[in-house]
Amino acid sequence: MNDPVDVLIIGAGASGAAVAWSLADTKMHILCLDQGGWMNPAEYPSTGRDWEAKFYGDWATSPNIRGRPEDYPINDDNSPIKVVNFNAVGGSTVMYTAHWPRLHPSDFKVKTLDGVADDWPIDYDTLTPFFEENDRMMGVSGLSGDPRSPLTHPPMPPQPLGLSGPLIGKAMNKLGWHWWPSDTTVATMDYEGRARCINLGHCTPACAQGAKASTDITYWPHAIRAGVELKTHCRVREILTNEHGMASGVVYYDKDGVEQFQPAEVVIIACNGVGTPRLLLNSVSGRFPNGLANSSGLVGKNLMFHPYAQVYGFVKEVTDSNRAPPTCLWSKEFYDTDLSRGFVRGYGIQFGRGAGPVFEAVASEQKGILPWGADHHRVFRKLNGHRLAVSAICEDLPEEHNRVTLDPVLKDGHGIPAPRIDYTISENSRKMMDHGLARGREILEAAGATDICTNDPIPWGGWHLLGTARMGTDPGRSVVNEWGRSHDVKNLFIVDGSVFVTSGGVNPTSTIQAIALYIADQMKQRLANLFD
Amino acid sequence: MSELSQTQRDDLRTIAAMIIPASDEYKVPGADDPAIQADMLKTLGRDSELVKKALDHLARLAGKPLAALDVARRDAVATEFRAKGGAAAATLVRVVLQCYYRDDRVLRSLGLDLRAPFPKGYVLQDGDWSLLDPVKARPADLRRA
Repeated sequence: MNDPVDVLIIGAGASGAAVAWSLADTKMHILCLDQGGWMNPAEYPSTGRDWEAKFYGDWATSPNIRGRPEDYPINDDNSPIKVVNFNAVGGSTVMYTAHWPRLHPSDFKVKTLDGVADDWPIDYDTLTPFFEENDRMMGVSGLSGDPRSPLTHPPMPPQPLGLSGPLIGKAMNKLGWHWWPSDTTVATMDYEGRARCINLGHCTPACAQGAKASTDITYWPHAIRAGVELKTHCRVREILTNEHGMASGVVYYDKDGVEQFQPAEVVIIACNGVGTPRLLLNSVSGRFPNGLANSSGLVGKNLMFHPYAQVYGFVKEVTDSNRAPPTCLWSKEFYDTDLSRGFVRGYGIQFGRGAGPVFEAVASEQKGILPWGADHHRVFRKLNGHRLAVSAICEDLPEEHNRVTLDPVLKDGHGIPAPRIDYTISENSRKMMDHGLARGREILEAAGATDICTNDPIPWGGWHLLGTARMGTDPGRSVVNEWGRSHDVKNLFIVDGSVFVTSGGVNPTSTIQAIALYIADQMKQRLANLFD
Repeated sequence: MSELSQTQRDDLRTIAAMIIPASDEYKVPGADDPAIQADMLKTLGRDSELVKKALDHLARLAGKPLAALDVARRDAVATEFRAKGGAAAATLVRVVLQCYYRDDRVLRSLGLDLRAPFPKGYVLQDGDWSLLDPVKARPADLRRA
């Protein structure tokens, strides 16, 4: 048996890294286990001539396609939106677009404001210092002063507008709609040991330059220097409990596949909105027959994805294509509830600068706008390097039938039951998506685009895994309390996107990490009576 | 994972040329070019099984080597293959496209750099920031909780 540790963190991604770094100043013995390993930027796709082809294989966003030993399979056949993630030190911050909006203050009070779902047990102001701290740690670029977003103070200037930004800006101005340079975690100047962005363009599947913040190059070096221990290629099977109903430690498979028990005084789960309920549901015992921390029956339920309604088209002007970070602008024009639109809540808009030649050829051929035969060359030259995209990130409201359960058949490489996703797009989300598609088309037409196509939803768009172990003050209606501690198991904490009560209409990583830092701060303030 | 048979290679070459024929106008080879075909065969990797499945489907539709069909019949087979070939056909087409659009001659014709993005990267214009002035002039209207 391994020596006991004070704090055991499961998962070294966005939230696990933040909480590890924050807790390090307690000088407790902190160990983090991650099923993946350290990535080698020298092997990232943009270092090779086959950089685009890798996106369809070893660097696919879906773990089911990618199939690395570090991945676990996910049965998402019963969902129009497929789960995408990455499993390594850094987690899905290795493979994300680095778009960095925050939830709005109003997102925490949806029941009060709009009469739907539930209010959060915490508010925006509570998280403000942790948003700021996280922005400094991750290294954010942006422009302060957006009139329709929470005030931020990015430590670096925004990305250049490039060729695509002005085309979008002019179109939005023509329509009189809000737009603003996005906050992103792309370093626009040398920052804390990270080199500035040189526009490799292929940002999503990892940044070879190290300009895009991922927690393997932001939080983890600091946490390790502060004494946190990180063991890689260790996949946790289940959390065990003792006769007092407290978590006693975890069973995991080490890098050689050998089963190990790691005792711990405190267990923190940071495995994302699919991995966390999977682990809890796999942690069954006589005392917890329906899975750990599941007296509410809500573990795995209320899964929220953010359905993406995407519209794209092709302008006469040359766009940035693959020669810039893919996202540079957002719009909050349709973010807040306006019941005249026929739905409640709203969506953010994320603009896309373009795509590389292989992606363009494959996507356009599949859509039927790039023909086979002699005319292929003419049409391709009209499309390639001329794409603009508009994506509505629609707020998904919590619904219990959207859920993560354990698949009765599918297992990972260690024989651990895999997650199964059952998810449908609600009528409210459907109306919101239709609205987003119509507005996206208007934007593109204002930009002069033709050959307009849609992805409705983006099928491999399940980046944002939220709500499956929600926080709340009522143990009958939530899994963790307002500072992340399980209602049922008083030395068990959850710090990832599972704790979201509602989803907002923006990319959630900034908020996920702010919540992780907030929970770590709450733990530090309550160390003397953490389990009361 | 076995390699493609000679018949499968022949059909792959034929269908590739139907997808992207050579062009004198743009001074580019077709996707049946020997170097591009060699790239496909060398890098099939995890796509091998689906590509073989697609080629088997193609062979069933054609009833004989694709190249042996007359033009009208070949076009009809290709249309049905693309319409009903599912994931396997989509994979074959993607393999053709991803190898074609990384060939030096093709990239040169498109005016693209013959290199990986890293380490040189690209220069991005700063753009016209005055476009943001109308947005800045709007009153702040963040919905409060």
